[in-house]
Amino acid sequence: MSPAQIEILAIAVCTAVACALVGTFLVLRRLAMVSDAISHSILPGIVVAFFVTRDLSSPWLVVGAAATGVLTVALVEALTRSRRLKEDAAMGLVFPALFSLGVVLITRYAGNVHLDVDAVLLGELAYAPFNRLEIAGTDVGPRGLWLMGGIMLINALAVGLFFKELKLATFDAGLAAALGFAPVAIHYGLMSLVSLTAVGAFDAVGLILVVALMIGPPAAAYLLTDRLTVMLVLSASLGAVAAALGFWLATAVDGSIAGAMAVAVGVVFAVVFLAAPGRGLIAVMRRRRRQRWEFAAVMLAIHLWQHEGEPDEAEESRVEHLHGKHVGWTPEFTRRTVALATRRGLVEPAGERLRLTELGRAAAGRALSGAVVEV
Amino acid sequence: MTDPTTTCAVEVTDLTVAYRERPVLWDVDLSVPRGKLLAIMGPNGAGKTTLIKAILGLVPTAAGRVLVHGEPYTANRHLVGYVPQRGSVDWDFPTTVLDVVMMGRYGTLGWLRRPGRRERDQAHVALEKVGMDVFADRQISELSGGQQQRVFLARALVQEAQVYFMDEPFQGVDARTERAIIELLKELRAQDRTVVVVHHDLQTVTEYFDWVTLLNVRRIASGPVEETFTEENLRLAYGGRVEFLQRQAPADPPPTPEDRDHGLGGYGKIRP
Repeated sequence: MSPAQIEILAIAVCTAVACALVGTFLVLRRLAMVSDAISHSILPGIVVAFFVTRDLSSPWLVVGAAATGVLTVALVEALTRSRRLKEDAAMGLVFPALFSLGVVLITRYAGNVHLDVDAVLLGELAYAPFNRLEIAGTDVGPRGLWLMGGIMLINALAVGLFFKELKLATFDAGLAAALGFAPVAIHYGLMSLVSLTAVGAFDAVGLILVVALMIGPPAAAYLLTDRLTVMLVLSASLGAVAAALGFWLATAVDGSIAGAMAVAVGVVFAVVFLAAPGRGLIAVMRRRRRQRWEFAAVMLAIHLWQHEGEPDEAEESRVEHLHGKHVGWTPEFTRRTVALATRRGLVEPAGERLRLTELGRAAAGRALSGAVVEV
Repeated sequence: MTDPTTTCAVEVTDLTVAYRERPVLWDVDLSVPRGKLLAIMGPNGAGKTTLIKAILGLVPTAAGRVLVHGEPYTANRHLVGYVPQRGSVDWDFPTTVLDVVMMGRYGTLGWLRRPGRRERDQAHVALEKVGMDVFADRQISELSGGQQQRVFLARALVQEAQVYFMDEPFQGVDARTERAIIELLKELRAQDRTVVVVHHDLQTVTEYFDWVTLLNVRRIASGPVEETFTEENLRLAYGGRVEFLQRQAPADPPPTPEDRDHGLGGYGKIRP
């Protein structure tokens, strides 16, 4: 890889980690759509701040534009509180209006500078290495890397320091308030970080990738773990993996880097969604299948148990009887169920008939008492 | 700190909570003596949860004053434990039982300080008390309703509060858990702590509680159960005819969960 490529990848990885850290809490708070709203509505803030600073990667522009993001959240909440419309509608009203205002401002006043509508959506990651940061005449690397590296550190520091507070306010805002942890302040703190991250990332990677990186990796990590700390680490790692994968894809097809990365986020999520152990689609389907057959085996044990010692036991325990008119199973279903029940030691064949084992009797008893029986 | 001269655990005067100028609580006065088990009762929409939330400063109040052990709530926060309704949190949150219980220590820890060994030990002790220590490392989504409630209770216990506010701790729990919870509440009372419970089941009031507040936007009545829990007060609070069915022991079916949700434990019927 050329130095420029390494720099591009480093910026993307920093962005992915920064987005994953705050995105994890957005996903857990069911505020995923807020990332969409914030990342779009910061545009007028960026344009106005750009007129003032004339530099897209100036820290002042970042802070100024981030304020627009927080303003969006406040506006959406004020509209929701008015009870005249629901939160999703409020969001759908606020962010297109602000975003479009930004677009109008760009096309009217900034059309001939490096700030155009295409770049807003998918960024200009390929050009990021050309924008260098010089300190006292020395080139210290691309500005974008410093900016995103800095934002990543800020997010990591904030999440690290306030981990306990963020966790409590996210899980149980009522208790957080009762204990004096100011969940509203924590909420706006988190929203400030999301805005800051979105503004910082927008120039390098564009809006779409910001949203993808804030939601995709945390949503995937959620399916892989039961621990918040692990979820944070996994989100960051999956985001970084998606960035690398996207970079490779973009090089292979010679396409938009940020676009390819956003696609890669989707692919990573799809793979996890399908293949995650325990909660993935495949694991769930397998478990359902197994449960279906185990249930049938227990059903068989209960059937035999009910008729044990009754005058009709001889008739009821015949294998043919199971796919006769009483039980009504198909011959194939009966064959597989009897095979499984025999394998698990619930029943044993006795000539034409089936006999319940001690294990089978216990399983039937437990199942009848309402327990979920695994055999 | 605790003012030894006051015998009131909670003192509420002229508390009004309005939602868009529609009163949810109208001028409620309430004083809860220390070391009592108090039930807050009333029909749906009577403002029971709102009363607790207003006392804890979780909803804005239009008027009124709240004192906890003689001081404003914000000054005596550390004396108060809170058990919100079980359904108010997301039980799919990626965390363990032990971790949730440790959250009860966060108030004492304050900002930035991390829970450590001490907090973990306290959480284990509390889980032991509610019979849930074997579940300490479980993911919380694996718990049943009764187990969730026990975890919430353990979290309140580690708060080591003097006054507890519990919002419907018996909601949707099995009979065994209900007994376990009431035993714990009585134990807290024996240690001279005060427990304020939003309660639904008219049938168990005399058995469980020694103080009762009947609420229906206004305070209808408040005092010792034997004086306050009268048919007349109940009629005032529930706004209709409260009819106590004589419990015919063997023939009477046990209350179903649905009955419980409607608040009468299956034994009383309300006709508007």
